[in-house]
Amino acid sequence: MSAVLSIPVPVPSVAGARGNQESPVIRWILIGLALGFLTLFLFVPLGAVFHEALKKGLAVYWRAITDPDALSAIRLTLLTAAIAVPLNLVFGVAAAWAIAKFEFPGKSILTTLIDLPFSVSPVIAGLVFVLLFGAQGWFGPWLQAHDIRIIFAVPGIVLATVFVTFPFVARELIPLMQAQGAEEEEAAVVLGASGWQTFWRVTLPNIKWGLLYGVILCNARAMGEFGAVSVVSGHIRGATNTMPLQVEILYNEYSFVAAFAVASLLALLALLTLVVKAIVETRFQGIQESE
Amino acid sequence: MSASALRLPTLRRRHTVLAGFGLALGFTLLYLSLIVLIPLSATFFKAATMGWSDFWAAVTSPRVVASYRLTFGASFLAALVNAVFGTLVAWVLVRYSFPGRRVVDALVDLPFALPTAVAGITLAAIYSGNGWIGQLFEPYGIKIAFTPVGVLVALIFIGLPFVVRMVQPVLQELEPELEEAAATLGATRLQTFARVIFPTILPALLTGFALAFARAIGEYGSVIFIAGNIPLVSEITPLLIITKLEQYDYAGATAIAVVMLVISFILLLIINLLQWWTRRRRGAA
Repeated sequence: MSAVLSIPVPVPSVAGARGNQESPVIRWILIGLALGFLTLFLFVPLGAVFHEALKKGLAVYWRAITDPDALSAIRLTLLTAAIAVPLNLVFGVAAAWAIAKFEFPGKSILTTLIDLPFSVSPVIAGLVFVLLFGAQGWFGPWLQAHDIRIIFAVPGIVLATVFVTFPFVARELIPLMQAQGAEEEEAAVVLGASGWQTFWRVTLPNIKWGLLYGVILCNARAMGEFGAVSVVSGHIRGATNTMPLQVEILYNEYSFVAAFAVASLLALLALLTLVVKAIVETRFQGIQESE
Repeated sequence: MSASALRLPTLRRRHTVLAGFGLALGFTLLYLSLIVLIPLSATFFKAATMGWSDFWAAVTSPRVVASYRLTFGASFLAALVNAVFGTLVAWVLVRYSFPGRRVVDALVDLPFALPTAVAGITLAAIYSGNGWIGQLFEPYGIKIAFTPVGVLVALIFIGLPFVVRMVQPVLQELEPELEEAAATLGATRLQTFARVIFPTILPALLTGFALAFARAIGEYGSVIFIAGNIPLVSEITPLLIITKLEQYDYAGATAIAVVMLVISFILLLIINLLQWWTRRRRGAA
């Protein structure tokens, strides 16, 4: 709130040279240390994914990613994300609408509860669904009687993915919509717009970049989730293996090139996510500065 | 304070004009309960069906205790390394210009975006004895992959962005006048950092540390490939939950999960308090 009201002070990102600059030697030592650390833990791993994947040449790489099991893993990953992301998108918008535009008791508890899946280990996220829907779970006997499979089948994978990606859209939208306030929507309503018209014509254009940002992060996690999905999947080849699980199986079978080939597709997705994120962030800043 | 006082009148009006509160809140609560709250409560109900002595035996067996020691020890060390180097990276990104700065800035988020299994097999490959980095240490008899040090490496990777992303905006907002004043008053650069800059970034630094620590104790995918998973030596707690599940020991798996959940909830509380502190500091500055 104070950020909205305070007078913006232009802060140069690179400070001026009046007594608050290090000598060039120290500066380059610090840059060297920082880049050295990032090289060991970020740049080398990123390069290694593609190096390992392409080690035996493009033909081997192509065969690995067009293998029927790999293709079925890609299909399942896309399907899972196609269900989990829209569900959490609708939830995120609804939650942000209620929290940002209205006052009600227990709001801060609700906001904390929405973030809860981030602090739960992915393995536990998988475990809870086994306890509910597994053969020995609460609904296990009923599900078996009706011949419905959730655990070791696609519905379990989708559920676990929805759980771990639950907060992504909501947590991007809530602060954004809180900062924007409700004045524009109120004006629209006073001018005679209906509730949905207000949402589509006023709110949505205002939040579209934040929404896109949340969706990208949600999608990256949905396609890349490993721990939670690993618990509920059952690792049935060609049926319940997502791309990260396929990577694990290939790696454990010592098919390293094939494992890294599938992994490189996921790494490309991660890089694409970072590029879109950088673009959206620049847009965001542009909008905030022009206001 | 004055900001919320100014906004009160509009808040009251919101109740009467805008539509959809009931629908939005109702759907939020229903979805939250179905996806998160009810499933999570299942672990506590399942654990409650065990007797206390069974529960205690399950969560204090030597193999489980060894896994706590590794998980919490390595997570703490990794968060510590990230606190130091994360602050350094944030500093370098905010204060200095060098070729490729924007690309480096964007790549800091890679551990958030890269699937953990991909990180896991890659780190295992490069830190093993014949890998790009592992072979540099091999002649000195230092093994990284398939030892507890490997666990540390994976957890440093996974927690890397937290401190950077918490400290970066605070450094950006730091007003240069403060440092200039300190310099004018005769402070050396180090004194200015210790007395002016460090206290300002401390809440954000601690929040980043806590977030990295909380993420690391639950981490699974990036660790299991590089850890070697030797019981009592390099086996992390989340892996033990999976091992118990594979042996159909649902009660044992759930007992360990409850311990981890309780610790996670306490950490979440601490993080919320730290974030509140950070906001207050930034609001006051």
